[in-house]
Amino acid sequence: MTLLVGSVQLGLIYGMLALGIYISFRILNIPDLTADGSFTLGLSVSAAMTIAGHPLLGILLAIIAGAIAGAITGLLQTKLEIHPILAGIITMSSLYSINLYILGSRSNLSLIGSKSIFNQEEWLFLNKQVLGTLIPLIFCFLTLIILIWFFKTHLGLCIRATGDNEEMVRASSINVDAMKIVAVAISNACIGLSGAVLAQYQGYADISSGIGIMVVGLASAIIGEAIFGRRSLTMGLFSAILGSLIYRFIIAAALKSNIFPAYMLRVVSAFIVVFALSIPIIKKHLEFRRMRKKAGQNA
Amino acid sequence: MLEVINARKIFLAGTPNEHVALDNISFTLSEGEFVTLIGSNGAGKSTLFNAIGGTFWLNSGKILLHGEDITYMPEHHRASMIGRLFQNPAKGTAPNMTIEENLALAYNRKLRKGLRIGVHREDVKLFREKLAMLDMGLENRLKTKVGLLSGGQRQAVALLMATLGKPRLLLLDEHTAALDPAAAEKVMQITKDIVNQENITTMMITHNIQSALETGSRTIMMDRGKIILDITGKDRDNLTVGRLMELYSQQSKDIVVSDRMLLNR
Repeated sequence: MTLLVGSVQLGLIYGMLALGIYISFRILNIPDLTADGSFTLGLSVSAAMTIAGHPLLGILLAIIAGAIAGAITGLLQTKLEIHPILAGIITMSSLYSINLYILGSRSNLSLIGSKSIFNQEEWLFLNKQVLGTLIPLIFCFLTLIILIWFFKTHLGLCIRATGDNEEMVRASSINVDAMKIVAVAISNACIGLSGAVLAQYQGYADISSGIGIMVVGLASAIIGEAIFGRRSLTMGLFSAILGSLIYRFIIAAALKSNIFPAYMLRVVSAFIVVFALSIPIIKKHLEFRRMRKKAGQNA
Repeated sequence: MLEVINARKIFLAGTPNEHVALDNISFTLSEGEFVTLIGSNGAGKSTLFNAIGGTFWLNSGKILLHGEDITYMPEHHRASMIGRLFQNPAKGTAPNMTIEENLALAYNRKLRKGLRIGVHREDVKLFREKLAMLDMGLENRLKTKVGLLSGGQRQAVALLMATLGKPRLLLLDEHTAALDPAAAEKVMQITKDIVNQENITTMMITHNIQSALETGSRTIMMDRGKIILDITGKDRDNLTVGRLMELYSQQSKDIVVSDRMLLNR
């Protein structure tokens, strides 16, 4: 039961990460590696501000910091025409130093003894476990609603079109560069928020938390998509969060059953991503074999 | 309306492969004029469109639209005044977005609505009316993803998108060439209807000489970056496809005409 509740809580927190990855990977159609840096950035900002006594402000600042990190990647991609993957790596690696600076030149920061959003006294009439689920749920739900609304606005439509047919957008008076920068900024704002909530949830920030986090987010987004399809954008965003929940269940179940040690987590994530990404080609092969077999029978 | 003055465009300047795509071209279009543009492959027709549309900049010369100098205006700025349509139907629409989303994108592009909702209910009524004019049954499929439509349907939607914002100038680059004959004729008819109704100044590239003479009010022929024939009114009415081909070989001193032009006779 604790395991299940824990998975739901983590799934919701990492759900915001999955939303961010979904925006860059699926809507904008650009693999963005800033995630590894911006996730830890959100984590660090949130932790530092919590210690300073401003947990909520810390989350707000983490969102802004994530957006700025994303905007920098966006600027590198568009104005300097650096390859999107390289642009992300450049921002991500420079963020390592910045994150260390925010953490006060330490590789980790404990929040023990500080008031986070998860242990505010006036909210403690609620059971701690309930609070631990409710807060991620509220953040995740709000993010989802805002994103669904945003991608229905004119600006949102422009961003979607940029990912769908850049050439058309260029020929129709929309500033492609601006759209990309805004989209990557929003994506990393979500990722920063995810890290920010996680820091206060787990009670510490660690400089290495973000390593491979992009793959984790991608795994969640792809699992959701594989199960719930790509019918519409609203459905896609929703399924990213559901994918994140399912991903956490899989990981929890695997860890519980001692199939692999905890340090193999990233390998498992990578496997899930490779498997999920290869589903279309596997389907194609099966279809081909089935057709050939059928044709053979008829002959 | 549109003034092109001494437009010159050189590709790969300073290399052995230097190629003068536009050789000091000048011409003026008046309001509401419908010009068809013909010429063999490599004559510079598409280059001219790209220069007017802002895909790249001229080496020298000027382009004025409504008296405004747009020679060095960024592409996305001038795009609000210029509608463009390409040969490939996939180029003009976003495949994973619905018909109404595509149309809303084009319709709102001038208004800069920002965070206002993209697909407005009142606008949908207008979209439905416009789509009904196409007579393709698309008015009942507003929520269909454009990628699921046929080439002709996609091009018709793209045409609607290009003209929805009432552009000052419409550039059609062989927009029916990739369609089957029936769809091509249909899209051409729709093009004529919309251009007439909205009175949009239009330039159309075509390799079909018959249709170049039948459509619009003026025909320009290009060869190797130069305008070699510019004909309107009575002269044009009296012109036959055969005569035009003769003129073409005379003026360009080059008897070899591209196969496509011959086939389209």
